[in-house]
Amino acid sequence: MDCNDSEPPLGPRHEDLLPASTERSVKVVVVGGFGVGKTTMVGSVSEIRPLTTEETMTQAGVGVDDLSGVERKTETTVAMDFGRITLNDRLVLYLFGTPGQQRFWFLWNGVIAGALGAVVLVDTRRLEESFPAMDRLEQGGVPFVVAVNNFPGAPVHPVRDLRSALDLPEHVPVVGCDARRLDSSRDVLLTLMHHLYDSATATREFL
Amino acid sequence: MSGDGRGWERDWEEGTPVPLYIVTGGRTDAGEAQVLDLVTLIVARSEPQPGMRPEHVSILRLCAGPLSVAELSAYLDLPFSAVQVLLADLIADSLVEARQTRAAHTAAADPDVEILKALIDGLQRL
Ligand SMILES: Nc1nc2c(ncn2[C@@H]2O[C@H](COP(=O)(O)OP(=O)(O)OP(=O)(O)O)[C@@H](O)[C@H]2O)c(=O)[nH]1
Ligand SMILES: [Mg+2]
Repeated sequence: MDCNDSEPPLGPRHEDLLPASTERSVKVVVVGGFGVGKTTMVGSVSEIRPLTTEETMTQAGVGVDDLSGVERKTETTVAMDFGRITLNDRLVLYLFGTPGQQRFWFLWNGVIAGALGAVVLVDTRRLEESFPAMDRLEQGGVPFVVAVNNFPGAPVHPVRDLRSALDLPEHVPVVGCDARRLDSSRDVLLTLMHHLYDSATATREFL
Repeated sequence: MSGDGRGWERDWEEGTPVPLYIVTGGRTDAGEAQVLDLVTLIVARSEPQPGMRPEHVSILRLCAGPLSVAELSAYLDLPFSAVQVLLADLIADSLVEARQTRAAHTAAADPDVEILKALIDGLQRL
């Protein structure tokens, strides 16, 4: 994958066109701390070369002077990588990798809104970096699975210990992965889909 | 987030700089107001016409087949909200079709079991 060009391509290549009949699309977000492998995961499962979309965020400045009524605003551009998987001639999945600067993508509500689910990538050397992302997903009511990226030299914890360290309820799946591998990243997505399927088919009284 | 008492034509999402354009529904339709999502698929319903602004021409060219708003934003090198605004014009003039919009005040998607089955089948074939 060559990512050193800043110019966006002019349009989709012929082989990147979706079937004309595509009518349903779903959104999955990959979240987690800085450098945990989000961009890598998006790239390893995507059928297109990953693209970037961005948004300008404004935040009312702190220390607003009530008397003058003048608000200070700060602007930040947030860029997200995304990839695509065509599932059949009607349905397509888009996978968005949020940037590591957590406090900015949190402001982009359109990322979480309407998401089917999320993958929380965790580096066992820096567990606490995944907490803000999980809080944000819980607030948004977005179901998620936790994928533990196996970095060389990172401590290996039994799933049970990880679950309690991350304060995860029993129903949230935790899986290991190597975000660089297509099959491993695909399996993480499958775990998420099975989790969603189980929740959708479980009867209310068991929830 | 609740939609009560908000404007009809447009709505604001905290943090994003431009209004969230409502593309269908709302005041007159019975259904919930719909907005363009990152993954809403856009399909041209017309050829570019003389006198159109260049961004509109580019969108119509790119969307000869279905393409998501996120992909449009990437190929046009424009922020998502700028593309939303451009698309709102084209939708108002029926020059493009938007597939898979989302409710303005939604949390997570609530997928039906058939979609989840298709996702599992498709991913298994990957
Ligand atoms: N060993 C190992 N290395 C990985 C894995 N996933 C990613 N990496 C490496 O970790 C580095 C960071 O990966 P990125 O995908 O850029 O991480 P990111 O989460 O997108 O980073 P930010 O966007 O900066 O927050 C890269 O050098 C990857 O090659 C993994 O599963 N195993
Ligand atoms: Mg990244």
